Amino acid sequence: MNFLLKQIKKIKPQFEQGGRFGKLRSVFEGFETFIFVPEKVTSKGSHIRDYMDMKRTMTVVIMALLPALLFGSYNIGLQHTRAFGIEGWSLMQMFWFGFLKILPLIIVSYAVGLGIEFVVAQLRGHEINEGYLVTGMLIPLIMPVDVPLWMVAVSVAFAVIIGKEIFGGTGMNILNPALTARAFLFFSYPGWMTGDKVWIEGLTRGTAVDGFSGATPLVLAKLDEFDRMPSAMDMFIGTIPGSVGETSALAIIIGAVILIATGVGSWRIMLSMTLGGLGMGLLLNLVGSSEYTQLPAYYHLIMGGFAFGAVFMATDPVTAAQTNTGKWIYGALAGIMVVIIRVFNPAYPEGTMLAILLMNVFAPLIDHYVVNASIKRRLKRIKTT
Amino acid sequence: MSTTIRLRKGLNIRLAGKAEKILLPEAPVGRYGVRFADFPGLTARLEVKEGAVVSAGSVLFHDKLIPEIKYVSPVSGVVKEIVRGEKRLLTEIVIEQQGNEKVDFGTADPLKLTREEVKNRMMLSGLWPVMRQRPYHIVARPGAVPKAIFISAFDTAPLAPDLDFIMTNTQGGHLQTGINVLSRLTDGKIHLSFDKDGSKVAEVRNLKGVELHTFTGPHPAGNVGIHIHHIDPVSKGEVVWYTDIQDVVALGRLFNTGSYNRDRIIALAGPGVMHPKYHRTRAGASVSAILRSNLRDKNQRVISGNVLTGKKISDEGSIGFYDNMVTVVPEGDYSEFFGWALPGYDKYSYWKTFLSKLIPKKEYVLDTNMHGGHRAFVVTGHYENVLPMDVYPVLLVKAIMSGDVELMENLGIYEVAEEDLALCEYIDPSKIEFQEIIRQGIDLMIKEMN
Repeated sequence: MNFLLKQIKKIKPQFEQGGRFGKLRSVFEGFETFIFVPEKVTSKGSHIRDYMDMKRTMTVVIMALLPALLFGSYNIGLQHTRAFGIEGWSLMQMFWFGFLKILPLIIVSYAVGLGIEFVVAQLRGHEINEGYLVTGMLIPLIMPVDVPLWMVAVSVAFAVIIGKEIFGGTGMNILNPALTARAFLFFSYPGWMTGDKVWIEGLTRGTAVDGFSGATPLVLAKLDEFDRMPSAMDMFIGTIPGSVGETSALAIIIGAVILIATGVGSWRIMLSMTLGGLGMGLLLNLVGSSEYTQLPAYYHLIMGGFAFGAVFMATDPVTAAQTNTGKWIYGALAGIMVVIIRVFNPAYPEGTMLAILLMNVFAPLIDHYVVNASIKRRLKRIKTT
Repeated sequence: MSTTIRLRKGLNIRLAGKAEKILLPEAPVGRYGVRFADFPGLTARLEVKEGAVVSAGSVLFHDKLIPEIKYVSPVSGVVKEIVRGEKRLLTEIVIEQQGNEKVDFGTADPLKLTREEVKNRMMLSGLWPVMRQRPYHIVARPGAVPKAIFISAFDTAPLAPDLDFIMTNTQGGHLQTGINVLSRLTDGKIHLSFDKDGSKVAEVRNLKGVELHTFTGPHPAGNVGIHIHHIDPVSKGEVVWYTDIQDVVALGRLFNTGSYNRDRIIALAGPGVMHPKYHRTRAGASVSAILRSNLRDKNQRVISGNVLTGKKISDEGSIGFYDNMVTVVPEGDYSEFFGWALPGYDKYSYWKTFLSKLIPKKEYVLDTNMHGGHRAFVVTGHYENVLPMDVYPVLLVKAIMSGDVELMENLGIYEVAEEDLALCEYIDPSKIEFQEIIRQGIDLMIKEMN
């Protein structure tokens, strides 16, 4: 350790302003602070500071994503064997098959995203933000496995530059960057983001065995083919077609437990969004007449990206509502919107992405009204005295 | 009449090195100092030059804007040095103690004096600056009449002294006079707040002319700003004043004996001190005497005040004007290999991402390392957990950063001081300097309002 520290200290001057590699200052600093928490001490304000920093915050989220990632890997293998009638693969074989398919997505996502982050940090003379560590993992998990890598690269570039950096970088963006990437692909290359082929590895290039459909439960519901929908248990466990990380409600719940236990993710948003979706589903059960409206309300929570969205997307602290009351409203509305889009919109089978992006836009407005209530309490004091 | 206010928000940092309840007598100190940074917003006009001979209570400088407010020498001696920092900004007046001369301001019964007479006596004697005000957390402006005066009789800051233990060992007879002085300054009430233990000191319990309150809960429950917010909040255009209970004694002493005397008891605490105990000393005294052969290590930070809000001083620096403790913590100038990723078995944290939450120890050694780099605000919903006020700390800070005066007003800039948001700064994973920003906001408000 000391040897490494000495080497870093030795080459550091070359990376400082005016040094030979002065232009790579932010990048060097990024790696340096990654390996060693620097010796920087407090100079003003509180003399002691919590051990918690942005790196650790982001690491917790990545850890919470791991169950979804691992299950997603397995599920890709599983769906592949089902689609092509392969028999006799062990669980590990399926997992490795899937993992090797996801890995390129992850690598492309991180390489392009972090590359842009490094350049922008350097241009601004900032330290490198850790925000992309999470975004870079979220993006592969919300993509169909068969999506071409160049599309991932383009969408990541779009999301990071247009979705985040032009607003000032991590902490300033209005829309969730990972969902921005997905929305970009969704509207630019809809053929690769919907349908019944892209969700299964190899299905866009080959032909499935007879009777196999790669359609997600949401697509089946949209087509009124309710009899072909998988069982609720399958949807909960996640052995169904879908985006890489979104299928298993179970794996996502494990992630949610990690986020809630560490206090990094907002339980208010997770709970209120779940209640919102459930409530809207129940309301439709009561008043609806079509078969879709009569679907058990809890189906909405385990189909498609609802769980993943509620736990990992809607809770992004930067783009969600910031006040506690605001979080309840924001989450509930997001949940309600998901179900409305799913059931009533003729074009889009899935509503999670659009609902959360829409609520991202409204989050500042919600906060505005919540804060106004506090302001009014303050102003009222003046009037009464 | 007594009311109890229960606060749940806040955080008691489990810092090691609490002062043992043993009081040591005053050690001889040669060096005294008055630091200008103790009075934010003050523009000082010097009245002495280096080499001047002064008594306890001799004027050193006054406020340029309100010349009646005098700042005086804590002891008799010689002005040894007038220290200036960058841009010749005044930083400290150092006095070498000699003899025991004191200025006699004459005795008087405050209840028989008019408000103006009481004020003049306080200002002439140099004791006026013990009164501070909200809004702004600055030395009280004598032109106003406060709607109430607040005194906090307990301190919840990390390792803070037990003020009741201090009162037990403070010479009696002056406290009620001090309260009488305060009663002349306001038409409203004088609020005195305790923690759940109340006071064991009969003189404190039996004070007349005060309204008693009880606050329970973690730090910052002892901050006077929190008390004001919950008892009689400051709205735009209103002013409340407050002072420290030891300074109420000093006020009483001024009127009873006629002399400026800010003898006080402080706690010496922190993981860097071998024998954390209470000491009799005086505001402005050098800490060299109490630190001598009492430090664990050379590479430590000596702080006048508590670890959250105090000021860094040298190991012979002087105790701040308002401080009731000196804290010593190890400097954190080391690099930690993958420090952010370690399980954190022995790292105390507000956050539940460290294993220390599962196997908590009673107390921890904390150092001055930043533990991370500066970032934009990312996490939400936690800052509010350590601020028991109807204030949105992050939004207030953002309003200050964008210089939006009206929004700052609406979000409660008049009610807060740096010390109230110090815990937000402590827990912040983005390492944002809340306290500095709050002071910038207050400075901006003062400028806008004048």
